[in-house]
This record gives sequence, C-alpha cells and structure tokens, in this order.
Amino acid sequence: MAQKAIREYDAKSILAKHWDKYFPRFTYAYETVLVKNGPELREAAIDHPWLSTKTLVAKPDMLFGKRGKNGLVLFKDKAVGDVTLVKAANWIDSKTKEKQEVYFSFEGDTPVGNPSVDYLTHFIVEPFAPHTQEEEYYISATCVGDEDVLYMSAEGGMEVEEGWDEKVVEVAFPITATEAEIEEKIKANIPADVAQKDKAAFAQFAIGFFKAYRELNFAYLEINPFVMQGRKIELLDMVAKLDDTAGFMMVEEWGSVEYPTAFGMEEKSPEVLAIEDADAKTGASLKLTLLKPDARIWTMVAGGGASVVYADTIADLAGIEDLANYGEYSGGPTTGETKFYAETILDLMTRKKDLQGRDKILIIGGAIANFTDVAATFTGIILAFEEYADKMKEIGVKIYVRRGGPNYEKGLRDIKAAADRLGLWIDVYGPETHVTDIVRMAVEA
Amino acid sequence: MAQLFTRDTQAIFWNNNTTAIQRMLDYDYTIKRDKPSVAAIVAPTSSGKFEKFFYGPDEIMIPTFKTTAEAKEAQPQADVLLNFASFRTAYDVTMEALEIGGFSTIMITAEGIPERLARKMNATARASGVVVIGPATVGGIAPGAFKIANVGGTITNIVNSKLHRAGSCGLVTRSGGLFNELSNIISINADGIAEGVAIGGDRFVGSVFIDNLLRMESNPQVKYMLLLGEVGGIEEYKVIDAIKEGKITKPVIAWCIGTIAKYYDSGVQFGHAGASANAERETAEAKNRAMSEAGIYVPESFNDLPNKIKEVYESLNLAPIAEPEMNVVPTVRRSKQFICTISDDRGDEATYAGFPISSVALPSTGKGIGDVIALLWFKKQYPKWATDFIETVLKTVADHGPAVSGAHNAKVTARAGKSVVESLVTGLLTIGPRFGGAIDGAAQYFKYADDNGLSPKEFLAYMKNEGIPIPGIGHRIKSLKNPDLRVKGLMEYAAEYFPSTPLLDYARTVEALTTSKKENLILNVDGTIGILMVDMWRALGYAEEDIDEFISSGTLNAFFIVGRSIGFIGHILDEKRLEMPMYRHPMDDILYDVQMAQEI
Repeated sequence: MAQKAIREYDAKSILAKHWDKYFPRFTYAYETVLVKNGPELREAAIDHPWLSTKTLVAKPDMLFGKRGKNGLVLFKDKAVGDVTLVKAANWIDSKTKEKQEVYFSFEGDTPVGNPSVDYLTHFIVEPFAPHTQEEEYYISATCVGDEDVLYMSAEGGMEVEEGWDEKVVEVAFPITATEAEIEEKIKANIPADVAQKDKAAFAQFAIGFFKAYRELNFAYLEINPFVMQGRKIELLDMVAKLDDTAGFMMVEEWGSVEYPTAFGMEEKSPEVLAIEDADAKTGASLKLTLLKPDARIWTMVAGGGASVVYADTIADLAGIEDLANYGEYSGGPTTGETKFYAETILDLMTRKKDLQGRDKILIIGGAIANFTDVAATFTGIILAFEEYADKMKEIGVKIYVRRGGPNYEKGLRDIKAAADRLGLWIDVYGPETHVTDIVRMAVEA
Repeated sequence: MAQLFTRDTQAIFWNNNTTAIQRMLDYDYTIKRDKPSVAAIVAPTSSGKFEKFFYGPDEIMIPTFKTTAEAKEAQPQADVLLNFASFRTAYDVTMEALEIGGFSTIMITAEGIPERLARKMNATARASGVVVIGPATVGGIAPGAFKIANVGGTITNIVNSKLHRAGSCGLVTRSGGLFNELSNIISINADGIAEGVAIGGDRFVGSVFIDNLLRMESNPQVKYMLLLGEVGGIEEYKVIDAIKEGKITKPVIAWCIGTIAKYYDSGVQFGHAGASANAERETAEAKNRAMSEAGIYVPESFNDLPNKIKEVYESLNLAPIAEPEMNVVPTVRRSKQFICTISDDRGDEATYAGFPISSVALPSTGKGIGDVIALLWFKKQYPKWATDFIETVLKTVADHGPAVSGAHNAKVTARAGKSVVESLVTGLLTIGPRFGGAIDGAAQYFKYADDNGLSPKEFLAYMKNEGIPIPGIGHRIKSLKNPDLRVKGLMEYAAEYFPSTPLLDYARTVEALTTSKKENLILNVDGTIGILMVDMWRALGYAEEDIDEFISSGTLNAFFIVGRSIGFIGHILDEKRLEMPMYRHPMDDILYDVQMAQEI
C-alpha cells in the first residue's frame, strides 16, 4: 500500500524539522516525546527538562483517533492542566498494565460497534498548552480524485467534526497548480469565521501547511486543532499518512519514520515480516497476509489480479472461514525467491492438522503469465516441496495447480513429476482450464 | 483518435530490455508487419550504436541512443514511447518525452512511482493530448498491428489467444496478468479482441477505463467492450455515467474483482496499490451492482464471466473473422557473430555497397579508386569533385623518399630477407602520432578551434597551453617565399571545385599569424589534406558529429596508410631488385654510454 499512516509524534517531528522553511513567521516549540512506558518518560525528563517544569498532557500515539471519547487523554489530575511528570508516568503505567478497549466510532458520546482490544504501547507526552476556544483552528489536506483538497475551519476539535458541512471551507487544487495560484486561492478562501485581525496570519499558516503537505509527500495531513497565539503555534493533535513510494526521495526530509501496525491488528508474524523483507530486496513482487492460520485452504497465486480473483472465488465457493492466507508473487521472481516464498507458505500450512480432520488444500494458481518464466518459478516451488514433503504428507495436503505463460508446459510437467516422485497428491491444469476452476474442483472434491 | 495503434506504429523503447523487444519483433514478424515496431532503443549506459535482434530467421539491427531526444531526432516517425525506466526515473523520462513532443502514446511500466509525481506526469500528458498507459502496467495491444513489450506473453500463447489479428472485443483491465487471461477467455468464447489496454495497478494511472472505452466506442473494429475493474476508486462510475449520457452505446460487459475485500477491514491490501475501498461506493459489490443497474452485462461471479462473454458475443451475430496468413517464427535461431554492412558476396557478383564490382571497376564506367573508397569506406556515392580530391590525396602522400621512418623500416626489413607483406607492415607500423599523424591532428585541432570560434591568437594560446606544436603547421625547408607545390596544387583544386572551404579559410588566417612569427611556419601538406578532408565532408552534408567520428576513428590516417603503402612497396621492390645485403648499423654512429648496474 502506498499510503501509510504514521504516528502523531513522527508527523510533528517532520513538520518541526522543516518549520522555518514553511512557517518562517511562526514559532513552534516542538516540545514532545514518544515513550513506551512510565520509566521511559521519567528518563526522558533528563534530556527534556520541560517534562519536569511544565504541566503535561499524555495520550496514546497508535494511529487511532477519538482518544478523548475513549477516555485516553490525560490532561487533569485534580484540575485541568495540573498533570505532573509523576502523575503522567503513573497514568501511562496504569494504561499499559492490561489490554485496553478502544472504540473507533461514536454517536455523540456513545460508542458504536465492537471495541478493539489490545495493549497500549506508545504514548505521546507534551506540555499542557492553555488557550481559549477562539484560538483553536482546524486544517487538513488530502487528495480527492485527481485533486488536492485543503480543508480549513475557524473552529477546531470536536466542533468541526460535528459540524463539518457548515464550518469547513474546502479548496481544491489541481496537481499542476503553481505556488502563486495556490497562495491566491487560499487567501481568497479563508473561513469567514476567522477573526478579521487573524485572517492574514491564518492565510500565511495555511499556505505554509499546504506547501509542506505537497512538498513533503504527505498523503494526508491534519492538525485538529492547532492553536494560534500571535506568532506562536501549538499543534495539539495531528494525524498523518505518507506516500511511502516517495520514500527514496524523502530519506533526508522524513528522517527515521516507522509505519506501525494499527491498534488491535495482530502484529505481523515473523513469516510475514520475512516476506516483506524479501519483497523489499527484489524487483519482483512477493506479498503475504495471514488471514486465518488454522483454515484449510492455502493459496500460492501468481499475479496481483489473479490472486484477488482466487480469493474472491474461494470466499464464494468455500466461504471466508476456509481461506487461510492472501498473497501473490509476480514480476518474474527468481527460482530462489519463489523457493523462499513457497517454503514460508508450506511451513505455515503444515504446523497443524485441519480441525475437522480433512486434507488441507494448496492452490498453486495463476493466470497466463506475460513474462514470468513458469518453469523457473515452479522449480523454486519444487525445491520447497522436497523440503516439506514429509510434513505435507503427515498433515495431509492436496495440491491443485493451474497456470499458463512462458514455458508453462515444462513447469506443469516438472511439478507433476516432482509431486509424484515425492508421493504428494497433485492435480495439474494449464490455460485450457478456466483460471479459477481449480477452486471449484478442490471444494467439490 | 479512434485507434491507438496501426500496423505502421513504431516505438522508441526506453531501456534495453532485450527479451521484451525480441517479443515485439517476433510478433511483428508473425503478423507480417512491414517495419519493425521498435525503431530505436534508449540505453543511457550502453556504449554501442545498435543492438541485434532476430526478425524471423534473420537478424536486424535496432539503433541505440543515449537520450530520448537523440532517438526521437533520428526516428521522428516513432510516436510511441515505451518507458521501461525504474520507479526512480520513470517520471523524469516521461516528462522529458512530453517536453520533446511528437509522442502520441507513452506507456510506463514501473510500479510505485511516487504518487505526486505520477499525478503530475499524468496531468501534464493529458494536457498535451498524450495517451498514458500505466504506470504499473504490462501495456496494451492492437492485435494484428502493434503489441507493447510483453503483452500476451509468448508467441505460442499469442496465437492461441488470437492476439495475432483483430477480433471484435475492446478489452480494458487494471491487471496485466488477467488481461492476458481474458484475451484467452475471449478467444475461446468469442472471436478475440480488437484492441486492449491494461491501465495499470497503481492508484494514479494515466488513461483510465473511461478514456479507453470512449476511444473504443469510436473504433469501428470494436463491436462490444469488456471492462475488468477492481475494488477501490470510482472510475467505473464514470463509465456508468457515459452509458447514461449515451456516450457509450456499444454493449459493455464488466466485472469488478475484489468482492472478498468486504470481509476484511482496510488493513488487508488485496491486489494492486489502487485496490482499496475507502467507502461503500468503492467496494466491488457496489460497483458490480451499479453497473448491472446501468445496463452493463455483469456476470454472477468471475467464474461465470466466460458464459457472459459468450452470450453477448453470440447475440451480436457478427460475421466470422478470416484468419490471416502468418509467418512462423523459427524455434531455433543462431545469433550471427559478424556483421557486414559494406559489401555482399552472396549473389551472382559481389557488390560494393550495392554496386556490382564490374560496375565500378571497369574503365568504361569512368569510376576511379576514389569511387571505390567512397563506397567501401563511407557507403555513399561521392560526386566527382570529391572522388578526384581523394585520389589527389592518395597520389600526393604516396611517397616521401627513403629517409622517413616508415620507408626506412620497410627497407631494413626487406634487406633482412623478409617478404613484401612483412616488410610493408614494419613500415606501416611506424604510422601514428609522430609519422603521418599530422593529418589527423590538423583536422582535429583546427576543427576544434573553428567549432569553438577561437581567433587565430586564441588558438595559438590554446595549443601552447596544451603543450603541443600545431599539427599541420611548419616545414623543414619550405616557406611562404619557397612554397610547397603540393600544397599549392591542393589549395587551387579546392578553390576551383569545392563548393566552399570554411576550415581552410580559417586555417589560412592561422597561417598568416604563424608565418608572421617565423617564415617556415606554413600550412604544410599534411595539414592541408586534413583540413580539406573536413571541408569536403562538410560540403557533402555530413553532420559535425559524423565528421568528429571520422577523425576520432582514424579515417584520415587511413588515407595516408593506403597512399603511403604504394611508396613503401616501391622501396621494398627496389631493395629486392638491388639484392641489397643485410643491413647493420655502423657502430660509430651510436653513442655508447653503459654504466655498471648497481646492486639494490
């Protein structure tokens, strides 16, 4: 996926790094730390003396919003704005001790749907910034269709989310818009509710914000709210996504930024991480997502489009509960890369027997390749069979193959011969069979 | 533009992807195209001038260039750019091509171009009316006319999938692998495709479904269309709108893959980068439902798609398509080790650059050795004033007496009892920077000075700085007052017969300055020859780069080698006739200064 969410802390760090370029007339103190637990926060106070001298705000920094409504923003002990370092550290400790429930959606203050339950692992801690409601504003930018859209409001926080249509001004820009055009359009569209005396400053900030969004390759950037007190800016809450395909150009600009797994999502398994690592090192494509590791049907499908079609068909014909993984290999992977990919899947699918005692099903599918050498990739799969043949027989695996493309006759012949030699159950089909028909055969068998 | 490509369409291929290019040429051969579909290759790091490929059983050479601009200049008719640069450089390559202009279609294969760059590239192309296919695509095809790179895979599969001739279906997909699969399905259940494009899997692609379908709507070869969409995005709705507005009237079959995505939250990326539903409207189900409601033929599932194609195709009652004759690409081909572009001995009579030897050799033809050199060295027919000049040069440099190093060497070797050829090469081996090299040097440096607009004074300063005496200037005894008649003759000939002599005119101004310093610093015969050769090529219409290449490849030296061989052979035959004994140099002509070697 090209657009990846980053932590609030990283978003602020990126803006702070380029602050003078985009916001030369404003100041931002960049007093913020990211910690995993209470002791880390106490230790951070050595390098960040303000943690001891100022009162604080603490909240989880794990890609989810609605932290206030989930009761996960610490800004008061006895009174608003009296949180000390000790209090913040203790609060963080109390929140990391056990799993927390987080609702992603609310109607009013009532949570909607089921909560995600997981451990809180990252917290962002900043000084408490006293300000009036009038000093709070909203700004965000993202791409809608083919255009970039800047959203601005004179009101920030909950207000704007609940009164979006009335309170937010949207301004759209084509990708080819010049800086002069952008400046002019923003100046002409400052929300009417921004006080007359603040309009010029707001416009300046918005222009810098939009420029940063464009030039730093953000896919989404939101500050809600930001506080403007004369020249002084506070970024109270930020949400950001980066276009990670721009990473190679942004090494300097972004610094070390991580793409965390969303709260409540299972952490990626070592196998998935290993495939991701291999994918990053090759010009080919290797993708793996574990859906239901105990399920019966495993897929090893070539091609981004074909893999989706197989997943669709398995969901249609067998049901979603039977599909163990989603993934694809494509773009002409080498024999070695395919071997590694196949071993990873064979390893995962032979860890446990099917709960109902049936044979497991391995779908080695693919459309008719344009340029991937089928025999070469199948050689990699055959090498993996040799490693895992015993385990596969012990668990019980039926293999269904369907593939076409360069050198497919040899590929199909080789894989059939190898399976027969190793005593594995296999059925092999070429382009004369409809691409997803092996799913029907496997399910009906 | 009703059709994306025709049988005359030619492409510039950016990146020397030999497998993909060979597949294009195999396709061209199979469908009996007149010209290869790849006119030029841009390979920034390559050193050669061409790359060899098979065209059927034979081999052809496709020129390679370091930049798109050079390739486009040499092959202006090639209006398709196949941009196979990596995701790091694909944007720059596309933007440069748009700047150069003259491209109607640009196909970009790289996956994962930064989104902002992809958007800018696509918008710029759209504004200039250029069709972009991709990024992140395998390309497209107009069966029977033009095929992009790897589309369709092997030639066997292409023929099996009826991609060698136009059928009736217009095919648009996101996925490249499924494009190929659908071509096969359509060939089995209908009569093949008339035009097909895989628009690419990235979130931001250039031409989208609607662009391609609208073009196909106006393409009379296309009788119905098949759209294979994906979960994510709203492009399919533009097609629905076009149908509602009556802009698309041909039957459309469509299916959106990714119905599974509804079972998972957005954390699971199914398929391409572009495939992620951000709203209910963008799910595969919603799109399939909306398309069906708009009168598009939507199957129950992907598994049911072949039946739907058959149903729509049969309902159209189209006339069967005649199967054209095809060439068969040989399965075993051997690459040639040597290439010859100057002469051919395969016919009745051997030819020099296409001319039978007798047609240039016999006295009745009126042709001389200058004509033969023009054919065999330059593959051109030079006018008489040029061939006469070449012959004059050969005659002028034929000999310069026995004392010069080459002639001396040849004589010494002949006296050692060696053969003519052995003696000749010892003479020739002395030719180089110090002996005979002034012709090359004069051409090179005077041309440099003239090209860079150096005044004679600046030129002298430049050469002094280089630490080299000016080649072609100076004679042992001749001077302005005692002119070299060979030089005088060459100059008079040039004045009478050359259309113009800009470099000689410049050299004369330099000579005026050097002789004002010293009487014998005249333009000598080597210098005059080198300079007039440049003027000859200029007058014949060669580009400056071509002339620079003649100079750097040693062509000027070659005239000296041929001419002087005549003299060397004369000296060798002279020695043989005289039966001169082995030569031993007199010891009193050698300064002996030999020290005892010290131990170290």
